[in-house]
Amino acid sequence: MTAPPGTDAAPDARLAEYLLRHGDDRLVLGHRLSEWAGHAPILEEDIALGNVALDLIGQGAALLGLAGAAEGAGRDADALAYFREAVDFRNALLCELPRGDFAFTVVRQFLFDAYDVLVTEALSASSDAALAGVMAKAYKEARYHVRHSGEWVVRLGDGTDESRRRAQDAVDALWRYGPELLTPDALDEDMRSLGTGADLDALRPAWESSVRAVLDDATLRVPAAGFPARGGRQGRHTEHLGLMLAEMQIVARSHPGASW
Amino acid sequence: MSRLSPGELARLLGDGWDPGPTTAAPASVAAEDAGPPTAAAVWAALEGVPDPEVPVISVVELGIVRDVAVDGARVVVTITPTYSGCPAMREIERDVVAALRGRGWDAEVRTTYTPAWTTDWMSDAAREKLRAYGIAPPGRRVEGPVLVPLRRRGDGAAEAGPPCPRCGSPDTRLESRFGSTACKAMHTCRACGEPFEEFKPV
Repeated sequence: MTAPPGTDAAPDARLAEYLLRHGDDRLVLGHRLSEWAGHAPILEEDIALGNVALDLIGQGAALLGLAGAAEGAGRDADALAYFREAVDFRNALLCELPRGDFAFTVVRQFLFDAYDVLVTEALSASSDAALAGVMAKAYKEARYHVRHSGEWVVRLGDGTDESRRRAQDAVDALWRYGPELLTPDALDEDMRSLGTGADLDALRPAWESSVRAVLDDATLRVPAAGFPARGGRQGRHTEHLGLMLAEMQIVARSHPGASW
Repeated sequence: MSRLSPGELARLLGDGWDPGPTTAAPASVAAEDAGPPTAAAVWAALEGVPDPEVPVISVVELGIVRDVAVDGARVVVTITPTYSGCPAMREIERDVVAALRGRGWDAEVRTTYTPAWTTDWMSDAAREKLRAYGIAPPGRRVEGPVLVPLRRRGDGAAEAGPPCPRCGSPDTRLESRFGSTACKAMHTCRACGEPFEEFKPV
């Protein structure tokens, strides 16, 4: 594999942790989307979900490569993806939930994409040139993703009784998972003050207003704020992540170093 | 992974199908003595390496070759991916190395993400090749807010789609923003009824 840019920098544990958060979000959500391959309700959507999955997994691989370089312990993107346990993953809980029905997948994707288009744009201006490069590319992709998922939210919400019921169920179930993406902790604050990280507090109003506008367009009701779900950034995951990783990692762990 | 070249496709479809102008295949594996490499000679060689997914244009015309560095007998080619998850990057890397080694040069390929690839780097000649091949070339990039223009179908506020590459009609309909590869979207022409792909502007 070609060495990612920035591999000559001194080890930086905080930067590695920060990169893992963003890389793991993409790897885990990309894997959840890939589970739809061959199962989506229509052919075009099968292809679209696969395309978005590829973008996210590609971004995740680039970010994990940078995380491994920042860590300085000789782990590359594959080592981080396939040979870590669930407690070592740093993705937000929203990304790891089982894919559910199509409405659940669409609503989850929209909540993430609406955040992604903001955070990738912000991180395109990161003082870390390698991170900025990956995110500038991801931003172009996120623009397509959010339009696609947003249009589906409107189509399902403002659709048939059945599609509306399923979309509303998904919004109700997922709403409390949104805040984790946009609530900064000490690491986020550190990275922001260094100019490396994004200012999540500044992004949150834009996320809320765009999400509410689309839900409104979709005639979907915004639920009352529930108890916010969090813990993924610290490695406290739902039981679903371990099961997902068992499937994602089994080939690499059964046949280490295999290639074809 | 196997893929059909335009020539093979033409044979399958019969004589009536015109694959349009195609870019030459990479040089044969047998090394020919092309002399020591120069940057100009390397760029010329890369002009002969087709994009694996859209073989009607070369990797140079696609705009993904960002730099060629020659140091004595050694060549370093820097490429950038079109999309983060583009599955063709490994194949492109192999094709580039094979084309340069075929000329007797020691070649290495590096990947960069900065600056991010844009369809603005595609030449007018390359765009015309795409159109003749049946793929609508990338139009102007749309900047600005992305979350606003979410509209129900039939609002009339949707942006104009690409003209049909076959009959030229501007009356086309977007089927899906995602096509057979990450870089393409799917449309149908209302005038001639043909489905076609668009190379997405990014």
